[in-house]
Amino acid sequence: MRPRSSTPRTPGADLPEHPDFLWRNPEPKRSYDVVIVGGGGHGLATAHYLAKNHGITNVAVLEKGWLAGGNMARNTTIIRSNYLWDESSAIYEHALKLWEGLEEDLGYPILFSQRGVLNLAHSLQDVRDSVRRVEANKLNGVDAEWLEPDEVRKICPIVNTSTDIRYPVLGATYQPRAGIAKHDYVAWGFARRADEAGIDLIQDCAVTGFATDGNRVTGVQTTRGTIGAGKVALCAAGHTSVLTDLLGIRVPVQSHPLQALVSELLEPVHPTVVMSNAVHVYVSQAHKGELVMGAGVDSYNGYGQRGAFHIIERQMAAAVELFPVFARAHLLRTWAGIVDVSPDASPIVGRTPYDNLYLNCGWGTGGFKATPGIGWALAHTIASDEPHPYVAPFSLDRFVTGALVDEHGAAAVAH
Amino acid sequence: MTSPFRTPQGGRVDRATTVEFTFDGQAFTGHPGDTLASALLAAGRHQIATSISLGRPRGIAAAWAEDPGGLVQVEEPFPEPMLLATTVELADGLVAHGLPGQGRLAEIPDSARYDAVHHHVDVLVVGAGPAGLAAALTAARAGARVALVDEQSEAGGSLLAGTERLDDAPALQWVAAAVAELADHPEVLHLQRATAFGSYDDGFVLALERRTDHLGAAAPRHLSRQRVWRFRARSVVVATGAHERPVVFADNDRPGIMLAGAARTFLHRYGVLPGREAVVFTTNDSAYDSALDLHRAGVRVQAVVDARPEGSPRRREECERAGIRVLAGAVVTGTRGVERVTHALVAPFADGEVGAGSAIACDVLLVSGGWNPAVHLFSQARGRLRYDAALGAFVPGEELDGLSVTGSAAGVPDLAGCLADGQRVARAALSALAIAPAADDRLPAAPEPVVPSAPLVLWRVPDTSGAEGSTSFVDLQRDATVADIARAVGAGLRSIEHVKRYTTIGTAHDQGKTSGVLTSGITAELLGVPVQDTGTTTFRPPYTPVAFAALAGRDRGRLFDPERVTALHDWHVTAGAVFEDVGQWKRPRYYPRPGEDMEAAVLRECAAARTGVGILDGSTLGKIDVQGPDAAVLLDRLYTNLMSSLKVGSVRYGVMCGVDGMVIDDGTVLRLAEDRFLVLTTTGGAAKILDWMEEWAQTEWPDLRVHCTSVTEQWVTFPVVGPRSRDVVGAVFPQVDVANEAFPFMTWRDTTLDGVPVRLARISFSGELAFEVYVNPWYAVAVWQRLLEAGRPYGITPYGTETMHVLRAEKGYPIIGQDTDGTVTPQDLGMGWAVSKKKPDFVGKRSFARVENQNPLRKQLVGLLPVDRRTVLPEGSQIVEFRADGQLPPPPVPMLGHVTSSYRSAALARPFALALVKGGRSRIGDTVHVPVNGTLVPVEVTGSVLVDPEGARRDG
Repeated sequence: MRPRSSTPRTPGADLPEHPDFLWRNPEPKRSYDVVIVGGGGHGLATAHYLAKNHGITNVAVLEKGWLAGGNMARNTTIIRSNYLWDESSAIYEHALKLWEGLEEDLGYPILFSQRGVLNLAHSLQDVRDSVRRVEANKLNGVDAEWLEPDEVRKICPIVNTSTDIRYPVLGATYQPRAGIAKHDYVAWGFARRADEAGIDLIQDCAVTGFATDGNRVTGVQTTRGTIGAGKVALCAAGHTSVLTDLLGIRVPVQSHPLQALVSELLEPVHPTVVMSNAVHVYVSQAHKGELVMGAGVDSYNGYGQRGAFHIIERQMAAAVELFPVFARAHLLRTWAGIVDVSPDASPIVGRTPYDNLYLNCGWGTGGFKATPGIGWALAHTIASDEPHPYVAPFSLDRFVTGALVDEHGAAAVAH
Repeated sequence: MTSPFRTPQGGRVDRATTVEFTFDGQAFTGHPGDTLASALLAAGRHQIATSISLGRPRGIAAAWAEDPGGLVQVEEPFPEPMLLATTVELADGLVAHGLPGQGRLAEIPDSARYDAVHHHVDVLVVGAGPAGLAAALTAARAGARVALVDEQSEAGGSLLAGTERLDDAPALQWVAAAVAELADHPEVLHLQRATAFGSYDDGFVLALERRTDHLGAAAPRHLSRQRVWRFRARSVVVATGAHERPVVFADNDRPGIMLAGAARTFLHRYGVLPGREAVVFTTNDSAYDSALDLHRAGVRVQAVVDARPEGSPRRREECERAGIRVLAGAVVTGTRGVERVTHALVAPFADGEVGAGSAIACDVLLVSGGWNPAVHLFSQARGRLRYDAALGAFVPGEELDGLSVTGSAAGVPDLAGCLADGQRVARAALSALAIAPAADDRLPAAPEPVVPSAPLVLWRVPDTSGAEGSTSFVDLQRDATVADIARAVGAGLRSIEHVKRYTTIGTAHDQGKTSGVLTSGITAELLGVPVQDTGTTTFRPPYTPVAFAALAGRDRGRLFDPERVTALHDWHVTAGAVFEDVGQWKRPRYYPRPGEDMEAAVLRECAAARTGVGILDGSTLGKIDVQGPDAAVLLDRLYTNLMSSLKVGSVRYGVMCGVDGMVIDDGTVLRLAEDRFLVLTTTGGAAKILDWMEEWAQTEWPDLRVHCTSVTEQWVTFPVVGPRSRDVVGAVFPQVDVANEAFPFMTWRDTTLDGVPVRLARISFSGELAFEVYVNPWYAVAVWQRLLEAGRPYGITPYGTETMHVLRAEKGYPIIGQDTDGTVTPQDLGMGWAVSKKKPDFVGKRSFARVENQNPLRKQLVGLLPVDRRTVLPEGSQIVEFRADGQLPPPPVPMLGHVTSSYRSAALARPFALALVKGGRSRIGDTVHVPVNGTLVPVEVTGSVLVDPEGARRDG
């Protein structure tokens, strides 16, 4: 295991300054070797690793709005790799190892804080599932422990481990190397490096169509004109299916609003990250001091970046149930991102029926933590025209073959 | 401490009563009706805290929620981490202190009560200022069902802060009359201290009512402290007023620097003078009212500094009559002072250039850069905003269905206009609702509005201090300056969202109420683009912060999630059952006798069921009554096996799969009639499966004539299990022939017990001879007691879920959700027999044909027997290949599967387990390893049925 982040920070410490210069705002060129559609975390990370690992710099990242303004700006920044399945833990663990060196790689203070993640268990089936995941993590070389309630309390004293709550904490899995980072800083770090390498980051540039020649994509039509492309990678999260519809490729992702919220700035009170599925909470305290919390998924589909308020109310009930000390905190702001969920809740990455078109979507709630890992693996896939081993299991054709990587996890049905 | 800045009279505080409070450890007094801010100002105290990053002194800068300066922590009587001094109503015994940016969560539990109310109205009016009152009156007089909510302690809005007159009398007289008239309408709900904080689709508006804090110790205990109102309005009228906007200049953050309108509020509403010597800096006419009112109240107004080249000729004349100096074409370029402003630096200003200036002594500097309509609720509801270049502000840029904006929130400039606009908007709303306005719908006569001189839009004064904008504060709460915006733009940022994130402007407690539009303006200026193109960042709920506890409401503790118990719960408690949470249900897990631990109790309960008779409360099993001519068709399409061929009177086990062919639930189906089935689901799957059936029936096959109804709670279910169960059931229900031939396995019979209908079914989840007894829950205890009584000669033993699990596992019956995880097909479970080959289609069928489903290495359900005959494998353990050296290799170690269920078996006299193992059925007889606490435990792979594989026991 690598040492924890080399620059320990206490919650509440002032934020580090951004660099004086981030990126140019170039006019699009007539064509590029690689066009990445989507200037979110994944698109920017892919651009960075195309330049860094493969020396490919004649690249444009096209963003219909502002860079990293979609889910990258809206997630709760939890980073962990304690996934159940081999395929998932492999790519998330690769990502975590990259996270551990990312501040240095990007030369940007991304505030990666390995404060550990607790996943709480509240039922006997939760315990079975947790033990199963911990044992699988260990055999896969991912740091993981099963903790009894008193050990949970030692790591996070504010969790209500009393036995007389509605769903008592029966224990937790713990990944010490997990943590949080500052999302904008991460995105801007990748963007700045890509820009330095000569990659054009083009904002306010929506893709409206594709130019094709047989089974090759030759360019993209955009609100800023047609741009030729040697290869095209789609990193547009839930809007990927809107783009692939233009090419007649069906991509099975459904988009749902997922809300999150913050409190006012508070003195340090919450030392780690806590997640609970049964009493639905995931919460950390960000560096400035605000509690950052994710709510549940809205059940209807849509691209509107807003959700229904009863989801927030339910979220507050869960938060106060598990963390009585939060009762007095104030909700300062709510917002929503859009989770793009595939049928097996695993991403869809890799090649498509078009020889030079690459897909990357369906990350659901896992996109942020995967950012460096997928950027690395997608860059490899684009450069070598061959799925990187980390993404090979996540091909689109698994929905035909049935080789699913089902991260919905145990259905938790009780008899 | 005394209150030297309290005016001799005036204001809306109760001067007859004095309340005591403590701020930063110092004792103060004030009056009911004060806020913490007004009481501190009355004592001459402006500074509240120091700033978050730079540690600069900060004071009260506004009079309500838009104040960026006065953050406090309240310690008593009710601890809260971060509030604004301007919105904390004074109550006796209040203890608070200033906050340098971070609040602290008190450790004492919040024992206050919070609740929520749904309220449906024709018209919801937000804001009880002139426009809102006019709108509410218009709607109420028309007979509409109306709610009027306002965040202040009393109605009146801007009228509370001024000296306006209506119908030739003080305007507040009209406000009082309007409030009284509204109170007379039975269909009107009028709430003060209720902040509308969220606006959603279809007229859904949330408001937080603060009900008790202002009462201090006198608050009745039975009242909830705060209440969330969930309004659903056919029409929403947003009359939320406007926030005054500052102008940014060097050192504009010192205590004593305040919005001009706020000073007027403190004077008229609270009877407080903000200082003795004032300088007023403005870009528009409104601040002249503050200058003149303060002058009349005895404040020495040193100068009105008007950035407009000509100022306002009419207002200048008024000032000159009062002896107030007006400096037109001038600006404040900076200030002096540390803990309080001491001088305003004033300089001529023309064509964007600042000339040589001079210092004017003052202890308060009032600033007005214009007014920003409070468009938050409109914008939250996805209303598009339009930049109004004349106002220098964003105003509603479109009409929304069912939501309109009126008064100064819509940019209406004067009182007469606001009243008329409120009425107009309300009438339009009524018209859309087909409600006729009242014949008598009179509004008070307002003075003829005076056309003001055109305002100047000025975001910032050029910094001549040499600090290059680094002390020109845009967002005081974030210590963010003009220099920060310039740096962001210099870094290549063009989007206002990027500027926000780079500078953190707008992310603090006030969410950019005063800083947001300034940032848009300054960014646009620096980029040389129109402000409209820069736009604003997104307005998000809540408008002002809301306590977590208020939103959690009553859903805390035991009410966090409904606790479901069966009709026998009290009996179980008396019997000493240990309970298990199964979904929302409390189920007995086992019934320990004195001195027994779980293991001993379960071994005893298992032995009873296998050798004598046991009884289980199975009432939590989901039950769905499926009726209609097409009931059988629906079930055929949802189950993998055939249900239409089931005969009335018979029972069949069935499996349901998702579209991916993975098992989602199982259970038995009783055919009650040709067109009626009783579907049993797992306990945890009951709601999900009903949803599943409804979704398919409603969205995919609406042609099917079928209805599904949950009857889970209409029947209790008691499996009576074991070789002696026939004796027990036969004794209690003598009208039923319980012989095997007359009542075969997988059939059901109806009977009665003392006239009460009872259904019996021969279903077994243990492999033993068993009868399930169904009865209405009213009779649950009586029937249960009869069964116990009849079973006493055979030692009938109640057992819980743990024993149920062991018994079924010994027979290899899987529990969906424990032995499956959403990746398991019926074939994987060895239940290929339950998958129909005849049916043309059913949910999941197509997926069975996929390549991966044919893979011989799929995980299959098998049994495991630890070779040492002692180890109970932890459930969830992983399984690896047998290692001859008994050592785990370094990771990654390939895994074969995992242990899904694991128990001690009384029948086998050894521990056993069920597991999902890759190619498991082909490994039967092999030995594999299970890592347990660092050692490898050898286990033998077996078939999944370990007890009575020939099925000899089920018929007794």
